[in-house]
Amino acid sequence: MPAVSKGDGMRGLAVFISDIRNCKSKEAEIKRINKELANIRSKFKGDKALDGYSKKKYVCKLLFIFLLGHDIDFGHMEAVNLLSSNKYTEKQIGYLFISVLVNSNSELIRLINNAIKNDLSSRNPTFMCLALHCIANVGSREMAEAFASEIPRILVAGDTMDSVKQSAALCLLRLYKTSPDLVLMGEWTSRVVHLLNDQHMGVVTAAISLITCLSQKNPDEFKTCVSLAVSRLSRIVSSASTDLQDYTYYFVPAPWLSCKLLRLLQCYPPPEDGAVKGRLVECLETILNKAQEPPKSKKVQHSNAKNAILFEAISLIIHYDSEPNLLVRACNQLGQFLQHRETNLRYLALESMCTLASSEFSHEAVKTHIETVINALKTERDVSVRQRAADLLYAMCDRSNAKQIVAEMLSYLETADYSIREEMVLKVAILAEKYAVDYSWYVDTILNLIRIAGDYVSEEVWYRVIQIVINRDDVQGYAAKTVFEALQAPACHENMVKVGGYILGEFGNLIAGDPRSSPLVQFNLLHSKFHLCSVPTRALLLSAYIKFINLFPETKATIQEVLRCDSQIRNSDVELQQRAVEYLKLSSIASTDVLATVLEEMPPFPERESSILAKLKKKKGPGAVSVTELEDNKREGGELNGGGDRGPDTAAMAASNASTPSPSADLLGIRSAAPVGAPPASTGSLLVDVFSEAGPAAPSAAVNDDGFLSSAPPSEDPAPPLSEADELLNKFVCKNNGVLFENQLLQIGIKSEYRQNLGRMYLFYGNKTSVQFASFTTTVSCPGDLQSHILFLNVQTKPVEPLVEGGAQIQQVLNIECLTDFSDAPLLNIKFRYGGALQNLTLKLPVTINKFFQPTEMSSHDFFQRWKQLSQPQQEAQKIFKANHSMDTEVLKAKLLGLGTALLDNVDPNPENYVCAGVIQTKSQQVGCLLRLEPNAQAQMYRLTLRCSKDSVSRRLCELLAQQF
Amino acid sequence: MQFMLLFSRQGKLRLQKWYVPLSDKEKKKITRELVQTVLARKPKMCSFLEWRDLKIVYKRYASLYFCCAIEDQDNELITLEIIHRYVELLDKYFGSVCELDIIFNFEKAYFILDEFLLGGEAQETSKKNVLKAIEQADLLQEVSNTGLHPESFVNPSCV
Repeated sequence: MPAVSKGDGMRGLAVFISDIRNCKSKEAEIKRINKELANIRSKFKGDKALDGYSKKKYVCKLLFIFLLGHDIDFGHMEAVNLLSSNKYTEKQIGYLFISVLVNSNSELIRLINNAIKNDLSSRNPTFMCLALHCIANVGSREMAEAFASEIPRILVAGDTMDSVKQSAALCLLRLYKTSPDLVLMGEWTSRVVHLLNDQHMGVVTAAISLITCLSQKNPDEFKTCVSLAVSRLSRIVSSASTDLQDYTYYFVPAPWLSCKLLRLLQCYPPPEDGAVKGRLVECLETILNKAQEPPKSKKVQHSNAKNAILFEAISLIIHYDSEPNLLVRACNQLGQFLQHRETNLRYLALESMCTLASSEFSHEAVKTHIETVINALKTERDVSVRQRAADLLYAMCDRSNAKQIVAEMLSYLETADYSIREEMVLKVAILAEKYAVDYSWYVDTILNLIRIAGDYVSEEVWYRVIQIVINRDDVQGYAAKTVFEALQAPACHENMVKVGGYILGEFGNLIAGDPRSSPLVQFNLLHSKFHLCSVPTRALLLSAYIKFINLFPETKATIQEVLRCDSQIRNSDVELQQRAVEYLKLSSIASTDVLATVLEEMPPFPERESSILAKLKKKKGPGAVSVTELEDNKREGGELNGGGDRGPDTAAMAASNASTPSPSADLLGIRSAAPVGAPPASTGSLLVDVFSEAGPAAPSAAVNDDGFLSSAPPSEDPAPPLSEADELLNKFVCKNNGVLFENQLLQIGIKSEYRQNLGRMYLFYGNKTSVQFASFTTTVSCPGDLQSHILFLNVQTKPVEPLVEGGAQIQQVLNIECLTDFSDAPLLNIKFRYGGALQNLTLKLPVTINKFFQPTEMSSHDFFQRWKQLSQPQQEAQKIFKANHSMDTEVLKAKLLGLGTALLDNVDPNPENYVCAGVIQTKSQQVGCLLRLEPNAQAQMYRLTLRCSKDSVSRRLCELLAQQF
Repeated sequence: MQFMLLFSRQGKLRLQKWYVPLSDKEKKKITRELVQTVLARKPKMCSFLEWRDLKIVYKRYASLYFCCAIEDQDNELITLEIIHRYVELLDKYFGSVCELDIIFNFEKAYFILDEFLLGGEAQETSKKNVLKAIEQADLLQEVSNTGLHPESFVNPSCV
């Protein structure tokens, strides 16, 4: 037992704690605890009224047991009783118990709130503080409801003691964080801001946390705090190290308050008032100057406190991003820290420099430290510091140093910690692509990546190299040669086999002239890897083989031999078997011309955003790849590829979708959105299409059948959309599959999937009658600007079978590409003859702009920063409406997820609210969207707010969503 | 600050203070995960680490680890000094504090913390003022506790 036991030692408690500590085993401990619990329970239930002391002691024991990790299901009432004790120590224990073990038992909450109310009005400052601490510790909504209006009064009242003010300020902050709607500063605002001028440093220290939080949410109302904060800061910064007495910490004047002041200023742009700004710049310069002065103490506390202020000042300088002189000084200062002997400082310097690297003023200055950072990557002993170094190298990379940085990162990868390898691989892949001056370097880099860290190379990375090689004919020969060489290695990674198989299958002919890489040599090389590979890779290789037959007729016999062998044609895997059978058949029956058409070289992929970036973003959260970085990348990418960012759809390589557990699902095309209008690689589905096209039964009618010469199809104009078309459309805003329409004759089901700006929709037309539908035609018309003939959406489809038998269902596939944002849904017109009568019906296809959402995860900070950036009035659309459906949390969540955005937790200070973020992908641009839905269960109302980077999108989403809840 | 944990080298939790609403289950999970992560780190490593979307700031004093979780925009170094100031407060109050003081007087450790930090923010950074508040409270206890309580004479085994 400790020698010191201040105040009133509770001997019984100390004995109990000793007993527990002496327990030799977990079982003994549990036994001792159960004995104690039984004892306490009997005391609480006993006839004899317990005196305050005993009650306190037992409550304290219960608390101890709970803190040991055991459940406590009684004693709450006794603890509440203690709250109304006159004895401070009993009250204190009661409050502690309540703070730690608060129970949402409503009966108790009422009693607790009553006790708190009494203490708040007791005018006894110690009691008031206890009550305020309890509210701050619990911070529940019930407490906010009971006290949120009372506390501001206590905070600003002239006769409130300083210590009570301090507690009141932070208590209010906690309530504001949980229930911002209940904490209304209104008339108190200016008096709260003026607490920054309070004589008592402790009051300022507490109040500023509250003011900072309120300023973040209501910057305009609190903007007078800027000049007050600047003058307060200036007084602290210029004070001698002893002026502030007990608020000086290891010779540093008021470090906590200084940091908080600098933090508050980061809620605002640079002060507009010249004098205020001048004074602030002076402060920042003084802080930077002080960093150069010799330390006043050797203690680490001194340097930590001093540097805490320095880093906060640098954050403010970076936030302003407008003072080149200060930015460069900040950078130099951080440069010194990069070589500091304190690991903590090196870590923070690397982290802080990452943000400096994105400022145009300091980017060059950051780059001068490249050697130090590379060295850190190689020599730091702590993996978290190495991670920071890798982040910084990534941030400082540009065309001038890309080769060096990529080379260093590659060599680091060989020894990198497993925990950060995947992220490193993504970063290398992105940098290599972004700053590639020549593509042979890019190809080399990615192949090296696969060689060094093949296991960590995700699909996105190897898809991407293939997309780029396919789109750039100047690199195809080099790529073929390089993969051929890479495959020579006796043990090469399966990802290398995939890339090799794909590239040789497409471009093997470019190196076939060299006898060392003749067609047969290439084939044998690939086939030597076949047996060691997984099913998806084997499937890909089979596709490469059939492509070989087209490229090199001389290999036909050898390959047919391979396909014909039992291990292929009778493979137990249905996908492999099907490929072997179909490819064998195709190679034997199709003429050279047909083969050449079917197995034609892959068309270029549509230009799109790199999927690797999206992957990195997903992995690292929004901090890693900011919105600006994405935009930046778009620009850079364009530069490199001569216009537009090429980003072929990874999944277009349906045949090689390696991660899909069941490749056969792929074959049906469910998981892969092929580039619109481009035939996918040699997949089974393609074969089916080809054969049906060539077959005699294939319809030759065009999509838009104007019936001029043909007599069969009905020639009436499409009917106007059904009156309920909008309602039907609304059902599909938050879901992708379901029944779109149904009447006595026809049922139309929908299955759809979207990826980036592409979508694929399956329409199932079911004939509900027993009679055949004749002349069945469907027409899709896309929304667009009629005057300029600009399409917003591009929907492509093939005609359907003109006859639908009774009870049968036919399927139609639509490939959809979103070109720009749009409001009107495409129209689907269906005409058919049922018993001679023409049926003519027009529906709205449920293709709405939200289908092209990519979810964006972001932190609360980033969210609100973005939110603020989208503050132009036309960017916001808001609607307040009555709930039409259940307000159940799970239902709402499911709907919001169905919308396609990311549903962000812990962003909105009010947990009742929902916030979402996403980027709408269209071919022409990306539109960032933020959404906030505030339900009011009592009033059965919602308030929905949207802020998007494009105003038409805000409006459209708001319209669509207001119908959903 | 989102929470503060004190735990021993053996991984025993000695104090937990949560400034955000979390379920007991979640708290236990976080504690387990963090204790493991921090204990696995070597002495010379840096005091900060990224964990989920939070930053962890920790420091070891003798047998006890002090570990704080702060948000992205919070300052790591000043948090390190929050820990130190808390240690100083405990030290001053108990007179060269050790782990046992915190075990046996856990309620005091919580009271001192509440005077220093409230809602995860520094309430009073002056050592003198915090200790004054605590001592005043102790004084109230002495007054209300004049005379020894009968239990002090009772045989401990009967407790």
